[in-house]
Amino acid sequence: MDIISFISKRFWVLGLLFVVLVALAALPLYASSYWVVRFTAILMYILLTASWATFSGPSGYMSLATAAFFGVGVYTSALLGKALPLQLVIVIGGLASFCLGLLVGALTLRLRGIYFAVFTFGLVLLIQRFLLWLEMTVMRTRGRILDPVADNTIYYIMLAIFVATLLTAWLIGRSKFGLALKSIGENEEAASHTGVNVTLVKIITFAISAVFMGAAGAIMAPKWVYIDPYIAFNVLLSFIPVLMAIFGGLGQLYGPIIGAALFAYLQQELQESEFSEYYLFIFGGILVVAIAFMPSGLVGLIQKLIQLIQKWRKGGTAEQNANT
Amino acid sequence: MPILEGEGVTKYFGGLAAVSNVDFHVDQGEIVGLIGPNGSGKTTLFNLISAALVPKPGVIKFKGENITGLQPHKICRMGVARTFQSVEVFANMSVLENVLLGSLFGTLTGMSSAEASREATKLLEFVELSMVKTTPAKDLTLANQKRLEVARALATKPELLLLDELMAGLNPTEVAQAMELVTRIRGEGITIFMIEHVMKAIMNVCDRIMVLHHGEKIAEGTPEEIATSRTVIEVYLGA
Repeated sequence: MDIISFISKRFWVLGLLFVVLVALAALPLYASSYWVVRFTAILMYILLTASWATFSGPSGYMSLATAAFFGVGVYTSALLGKALPLQLVIVIGGLASFCLGLLVGALTLRLRGIYFAVFTFGLVLLIQRFLLWLEMTVMRTRGRILDPVADNTIYYIMLAIFVATLLTAWLIGRSKFGLALKSIGENEEAASHTGVNVTLVKIITFAISAVFMGAAGAIMAPKWVYIDPYIAFNVLLSFIPVLMAIFGGLGQLYGPIIGAALFAYLQQELQESEFSEYYLFIFGGILVVAIAFMPSGLVGLIQKLIQLIQKWRKGGTAEQNANT
Repeated sequence: MPILEGEGVTKYFGGLAAVSNVDFHVDQGEIVGLIGPNGSGKTTLFNLISAALVPKPGVIKFKGENITGLQPHKICRMGVARTFQSVEVFANMSVLENVLLGSLFGTLTGMSSAEASREATKLLEFVELSMVKTTPAKDLTLANQKRLEVARALATKPELLLLDELMAGLNPTEVAQAMELVTRIRGEGITIFMIEHVMKAIMNVCDRIMVLHHGEKIAEGTPEEIATSRTVIEVYLGA
C-alpha cells in the first residue's frame, strides 16, 4: 500500500470514528429516552466485551471473572452511592475491581487453560454466595436500594467509560505490552525465555481490563435501583462477553466491538419481539450457527468476502485484458 | 575465565536422574559442544541453565554470580539466551515482531521502540531473513524458523547463547549455512554452548566438546580427543 492511500485510509477511519462519537454524544438530544436506555445497555456490552478481549484475546487465557469485577462495581455503588458523588463512586468501583484483579491474577495466572477459566468462574460464585450469606446472617436484609440517577447521566457516564475502555484497549494493543501479551498467547515458555516477565504482564493487563468492568457495574447499579448478590454477580455476564467476542471475531479490536454491538442489539430486539419467551433459545441457535460456520467470527467472514470480491474483480479485469 | 559454571548440577524426574552431578564450565569466547545419545540429559541441562527447570541439588553460576533459581526472564536479561530443540517461534506473529520482542524485553537496560526496531531489522539482516520480515513465522521453512529463533535470541543481547540442535532436520546446504552462522555469531564476541547431533558440524565448529550419557558427564576434550575416545565410541556404538 502506498503512502497516500495509507494516509487517506487513516483519515477516513479517524473521521468515521469522530462522527460516530459525536452521534453517540448527541444521542439524548435527538433520541427518545427509550433509545438512550437501550444504547446504555449496548455500550455496556461493548465495553465489557472489549475489556475482556483486551486480556483474553491475545493471551489465550479465557477469563470468566467478568461478572465478579462487574459485581464488585455494583456493590461499591450500593455501599457508597449515598455518601459520595457519583463520579467518585465510579472511580472507586473501578479501583476496587483493579485490586481484585491483581489479587486474583497473582493467585490464578499460573494456572493454564481450562483451570484458569474454571477458577475465575468459581470466583464469581464464591463472592456471590459469600455476600448472600453475609446479608442473610449478619445484616439480616437481602439486597440494597439505591438512589435513582437520571437516564441521561447514566448514559453519559457509560459513554465516558466506553471511550476510555476502547482507548485503553487500542493503546495496549499497539504497545509493547500488547506484543508481550500476544507472545504469551503464542508460546508462553518462549516468551519468558525471551525476557518477558510473563507473570507480571498477565497480572497487570488482567487487572487493567477489570477496571472498566468494575466502573461499568458501578454506573449500572443506580439504574437498577434495587440490587442483590444475584443481580450484581449475574453469571450470564461472565459468558456473554466471551460469546460476543467470539461472534465478532478475536484477533482485531474491532471484531469484539462489532460482535458485541450486533449481539446486544439482537438480544434487545428478540427480548421485545413476540418471541421474547424463546429469546434465549433463538439466541443460542444463532450462536451455534455462527460458531459452526464462521470460526473466525463476523470479521473473518467479512475479510473472506472482501477477498472474494477482490479476486472476482481481478479475474474480471484479467478477462477484459485477454479480450482486448 | 569461565562465563558459565555448574557445580554438582542434578535433576531428578521422579526416581530417574535426568542430569546427575554434572560439573561443567564454558569459557568466555568459546564454542562448546554438548553431545550424547538420545535421552542422555542434554536438553535437561540446557533447561537447567536457562531456568526452565531448577537443579536440585546443584549450583549454576553466570559470570561468577549464582543464578540458580532465578526466573527465566531474569536469566535472559542477564545475558543468557537460548533456542529450542522443537522450534518455538511465535507462529502467528510476523518475523519482525518475533525479533522485536527480544529487543524490547530481553535486555537489562531496555530500549526505546525506535531503537528496538532498528536493532531487530539489523539482526534480520544478520541471519538473512530481511526478505520475509512481514511474513507470519509459521509460514517459514524449518531452516528459516531456526534462523528466526537465533535472531530472537540475539535480540536480547546475550553474552552466552545456548543452541539446542540448531542443525537437526536441515539438509546439507542448510547445515553448512547454519555452521557459517554460528561462526559469525562467535565473531560478534558471543560465547556459544551448543547441543548437536550432526557430528560434522560439531567437530568443525567447536573448541571443546562435553559428552553426556545417562545424565552423567563421561568425557570432555577437544574434538580430536573426543573423536578418538574409547568411552565415547563405546557409548555411541554400543560396543
